[in-house]
Amino acid sequence: MARWQGQLIKMDDYHWKIPENYKSGMRVPGLIYASKEMLESICEEQTPEQVANVAFLPGIVGYSLAMPDIHWGYGFPIGGVAAMDIKNGVVSPGGVGYDINCGVRLLRTSLSEAEVRPRINELINALFLNVPSGLGSEGKIKVSQKEMNQLMVEGAHWAVKRGLGSEEDLDVTEEGGCLGGADPSKISDKAVKRGMPQAGTLGSGNHFLEIQVVKEIFDSHIASIMGITELGQILVLIHTGSRGFGHQVCTDHLRIMEGAVSKYGIKLPDRQLACAPIESPEGQDYLAAMACAANYAWVNRQCIAHWVRESFSTIFGKSPEKLGMRQIYDVAHNIAKIEEHTIDGRKVKVCVHRKGATRAFPAGHKDTPRHYKEVGQPVLVPGDMGRCSFVAVGTQKAMSESFGSTCHGAGRVLSRGAAKRSIRGADVIRELESRGIIVKAESIPSLAEEASQAYKDIIEVIDVVHHAGISRKVAMAIPMGVVKG
Amino acid sequence: MKKAFEIIDHTADIGIIVYGADVEELFSNAALALFSLITEPKSIEEKSHLNLKVSSEDRDSLLVEWLNELIYFFDAQHVLFNRFDIESLTHNELKATCHGEGFDPMKHKIKREVKAATYHMLKLDKNSDGYRAQIILDI
Repeated sequence: MARWQGQLIKMDDYHWKIPENYKSGMRVPGLIYASKEMLESICEEQTPEQVANVAFLPGIVGYSLAMPDIHWGYGFPIGGVAAMDIKNGVVSPGGVGYDINCGVRLLRTSLSEAEVRPRINELINALFLNVPSGLGSEGKIKVSQKEMNQLMVEGAHWAVKRGLGSEEDLDVTEEGGCLGGADPSKISDKAVKRGMPQAGTLGSGNHFLEIQVVKEIFDSHIASIMGITELGQILVLIHTGSRGFGHQVCTDHLRIMEGAVSKYGIKLPDRQLACAPIESPEGQDYLAAMACAANYAWVNRQCIAHWVRESFSTIFGKSPEKLGMRQIYDVAHNIAKIEEHTIDGRKVKVCVHRKGATRAFPAGHKDTPRHYKEVGQPVLVPGDMGRCSFVAVGTQKAMSESFGSTCHGAGRVLSRGAAKRSIRGADVIRELESRGIIVKAESIPSLAEEASQAYKDIIEVIDVVHHAGISRKVAMAIPMGVVKG
Repeated sequence: MKKAFEIIDHTADIGIIVYGADVEELFSNAALALFSLITEPKSIEEKSHLNLKVSSEDRDSLLVEWLNELIYFFDAQHVLFNRFDIESLTHNELKATCHGEGFDPMKHKIKREVKAATYHMLKLDKNSDGYRAQIILDI
């Protein structure tokens, strides 16, 4: 693919602007968070062009933003953030993505590396057996059509009511694990049929369960509020989304939006940016359906967290409570939310699209959970399976600059095909084993697609958002065992 | 014989370039490309069939909807297909019989889950050799 040749203006070491006059039709400038070195690789593809294309969308305010983990997506870049005024703006399913409310949940334990290392194979096998990954491994929870309608509205509460987790989990989940406005009548029969058998499954691709060891603590005060108190402590990270249910919701509504684009006379540089005015019936229907899928994803992570706790409990012969298995936080990184932000000194209600981006609200914000009110909302940033993951917190600067958003992960640098041609799945397993990381996967060949070399270095990504001030790093953990679907 | 399709790279996803002497063959080959991404087509036996009717606004989106319909049947009903008889095809409607069998974990190795066919970089052209289409799939 051709290198992007457009104009970028350096604002400081971490902020790069695509001026509004780069392309006729842009309503606001683009802003990319990156270091000079990262920018080089970002411009190797047409990703900045996608940042510029998003700036065409009606009602967009501030900037079309891109986080340092940005990579080329379809329509919107992955790692993109765009806020639209709800009065005259649009909502775009492509600005959320197919995997609605793909996100991560982090659990802590009171176990140490020394206690877990000798049992890691047993533990990974137990997780592999107890957490269904998808096709052909269904049946852990059976969901009827009636229950589907309930869980779409109730989100993680639905699972907690059935004994899968506790009220405390909900307190430390974005939106309390339940996005309002969900309306199951906006969901197609097809989406329900895809969703019913997949509730409580991990899925494949880049989704995973990871047992991690805390290796570095950058801010011991904030870390202690999260229950991260010492090096060597064991954490568990769960990364999954809304599975076929969310994919079908996106497919269905993109099709509706295709019609809406001509109906409302919206001019777009890319068909995949299809959208509708937020206040139109098409826009409202999408938001109501998207909330159903977001809630489905929270049910998914809630169920999986419960089975992770059960697996640890079986292996260590102690209750999850005795093992200190409490939830640190759960964040969405593919979602659109109606939020209030201050733009040019004015409070405005906007629809913030975060596609491969994480909410990062500061201390004191009304939506920052009670437990974290004094330090800011936790931000969970998984890296690839061979490097490390970070826990950070949101900041006031994110609020004033990036609509309370930050990065979501490492971001790909190699396509799946290129990764597969240069790396073999079996070699990935061997290489990780030699560094003390156990991997168990449903599909060995597809492991190559998720190898470290296919991703940007997460350390560079987190350093950019930390130095740019849109989040503040708290702790870093490395993987010890990974389960992939 | 001219190749039916090829797989192309797209950073986060996968693209397919599909060829066909006529539009019917193009649509059939696109479906074949989809199932070859999901599993090994040779492992699929023709044990049952499904009649499908898909409609859309124009031919480009019909191709996307056709693949999305097949993704739905695979994901919701766990059926795999390896032969597609396109019975009628207009600019906005397609009728086809798809041949294959139900997914059997002992027999079919799933290479990857395909979430959806997208409109991103979608192209469908006619040239002197026939038809060519490019579709990006979200995986």
